[in-house]
Amino acid sequence: MSKTANKDESFFKKLVGNQLFIPILAILLLAVINLINDPGFFKITLGTNNAGNPVLSGYLITILDYGSELGILAIGMTLVTAASGGQDISVGATIAIAGSAMLRVLCGGTSRPTELAAPIIVAFLVACVVGMICGAFNGMLVAVFKIQPMIATLILFTAGRSIAAWINNNELPIVPDPKFAYFGSFIPGIPIPTTVFIVAACIVVIALVLKFTNLGLYTQAVGINEGASRLNGINPTFIKFLSFVILGLCVAVAALIKVSRLSTINYSVIAKDIEMDAILAVALGGNALSGGKFNMWASILGAYVIQFLTTTLYKFNVQSDALAAYKAIVVIVLVVFSAPTVRDYMKQLAKKVAPAKKEVA
Amino acid sequence: MSNSNEKKSIFGRMNDTSLLLTITVVIFFLMYIGAIVFQGGAFTKPQMFFNILNANAALIITACGMSVVMISGGIDISVGGVVALVSMCCAVYLDYHDGSIIGSILIALGIGVLYGLVQGFLVAYLDIQPFIVSLAGMFFARGMTTIVNTAPFNVADEEFTALKLTRIIIPGMGTTNKKGIYVPAYVEIGVIVALIVVAVLFIVLRWTKLGRSFYAVGGNKQSALMLGINVKRTKFLSHMLCSVLAGIGGYVYFLHVGSGSASHAMGMEMNAIASSIIGGTMLTGGVGNIIGTLFGVLSLSTIQNIVSSAGLDQAWWTGITIAAMLCIFLLIQSVVMAQKKKALKA
Repeated sequence: MSKTANKDESFFKKLVGNQLFIPILAILLLAVINLINDPGFFKITLGTNNAGNPVLSGYLITILDYGSELGILAIGMTLVTAASGGQDISVGATIAIAGSAMLRVLCGGTSRPTELAAPIIVAFLVACVVGMICGAFNGMLVAVFKIQPMIATLILFTAGRSIAAWINNNELPIVPDPKFAYFGSFIPGIPIPTTVFIVAACIVVIALVLKFTNLGLYTQAVGINEGASRLNGINPTFIKFLSFVILGLCVAVAALIKVSRLSTINYSVIAKDIEMDAILAVALGGNALSGGKFNMWASILGAYVIQFLTTTLYKFNVQSDALAAYKAIVVIVLVVFSAPTVRDYMKQLAKKVAPAKKEVA
Repeated sequence: MSNSNEKKSIFGRMNDTSLLLTITVVIFFLMYIGAIVFQGGAFTKPQMFFNILNANAALIITACGMSVVMISGGIDISVGGVVALVSMCCAVYLDYHDGSIIGSILIALGIGVLYGLVQGFLVAYLDIQPFIVSLAGMFFARGMTTIVNTAPFNVADEEFTALKLTRIIIPGMGTTNKKGIYVPAYVEIGVIVALIVVAVLFIVLRWTKLGRSFYAVGGNKQSALMLGINVKRTKFLSHMLCSVLAGIGGYVYFLHVGSGSASHAMGMEMNAIASSIIGGTMLTGGVGNIIGTLFGVLSLSTIQNIVSSAGLDQAWWTGITIAAMLCIFLLIQSVVMAQKKKALKA
């Protein structure tokens, strides 16, 4: 985006050139729309929930809370997109698998247990392993067998929910321990949703990884030119594989939140259409969907923009099933504006206008 | 394509299309004969085969469209959504607006053409990845279906019901049931449409300039351009053809189930892609065959029937078997291509 950066760029151009510009502009736009529609949108109140604990409530809190799964997925999706130049469309289905495995461990195979069969941490670790295995499966198909990422992940996309149902014999176990629900709601005494802390932890971890390892650099190198990066001593197969495994880990964390929200699972509905949102988040963050350079923070911000959009659409009484149609239009508008052909055309247009501007300045 | 030197392996000798086609056809016949031998029962009756055709006529049509797009190097995952949208729109038109059969067919074609125009334009002329475009297309279609009408319902229109129940008897293939009554074998109208589509596409892909340019563009865009082929127009037309076929497939699906619902044809795009891949169409483009796609659909539904008649009829087994089959065939393709590359280098 800023490849053609000149030193005498105006402030405005720098602002527009920044990757964070699009998501922030989108947030402002949505905020203004909501402000006009209902000024009460931004009100945050401190109340108590059913259990008598103090909780913050309001639309903004809802966005922060329900955007967390998407924010976590956006981290992994950004890496996968950057390294492989394709997207993983199986994340929704793998959330179902990881969540189902977690429930299986927690409830020990019975559908109405009276107490936990295993500690929560064990169940979570099992879910992490399952998520990483799914990621490794996708990664192997993409990196070793050189299958296009979206086709390779199509396999789990179809089979995932079936496998999830099969893990628990199509039963819907309910977790008996109220502590398990803390991850998706509130810890008693703390008025901020727990999910916010989980996302913060994930962001800190990925920030440290990007700062102290070469993961970011290598991923971009592989995405920009696989052959050249191999000649420079990077193993592209491993980097691609690794990006899918990291996404698998993100999926496991998202599954923890999703399952914790309900303390049970619904195989065909859990995390439905989330793959679309995750890809949208990456695109909104201004990252090229064809791989290469990426900006992690723009993607995460993008995820919250999507949630903002979803909440806004709900507020306008859009049915949840019809939501996809509106989001699809947003995707199309976004990709059209980021398409190289359109960009070149706009640059030419800008050139025609620019000389006139300079004279004015 | 690959007769480069004297050291020819089995992979080197055949060209890509016929090699992958042979694998598919052989596997299909092995599977069907296996089913007759080991499970017997329903599989021994010809009507079983016709039932597979009846249930999958729409899939054959959409899979053919998918093959065309894949041969020219693209992909279209919106077909399932388009099928659902077409059946819902036609159902609403017939029942709530007292429409005619001709009108509903025009609606189906219109939706297909519109989808083709938009997606083809975005993919071919704006150079956007076909996967992203059609992913958005799929979600748009599913969303629109709910907006058109939320609740699923059966169509009661008399003319339509008559058309739906029209059966074409196939002479000499019937069986006598336990009571000694002769039950004739039949196919529905959709099957005839599907077979016509297969025949026409086979001719187009094999013997027309347009058909050959699909292969050329999918095989190598650059050399196709140098041969003087209008690459953008060819890509556009491939997406157009796929969407129109999805529209026709949608109507055939509608004719088979006779109802409109937002959950119709869930995962059909996946089955269409799987059938094309099983039928020997390469994801990378430039390789593929319509007859293979037909056999791909047949193999896919045969294995589903085997799975369900083996007592594993829980819904999840279908998803798992299709995915497993797709996975195996993708790996076969990947290995075959790697072998060919080696054979070419050696």
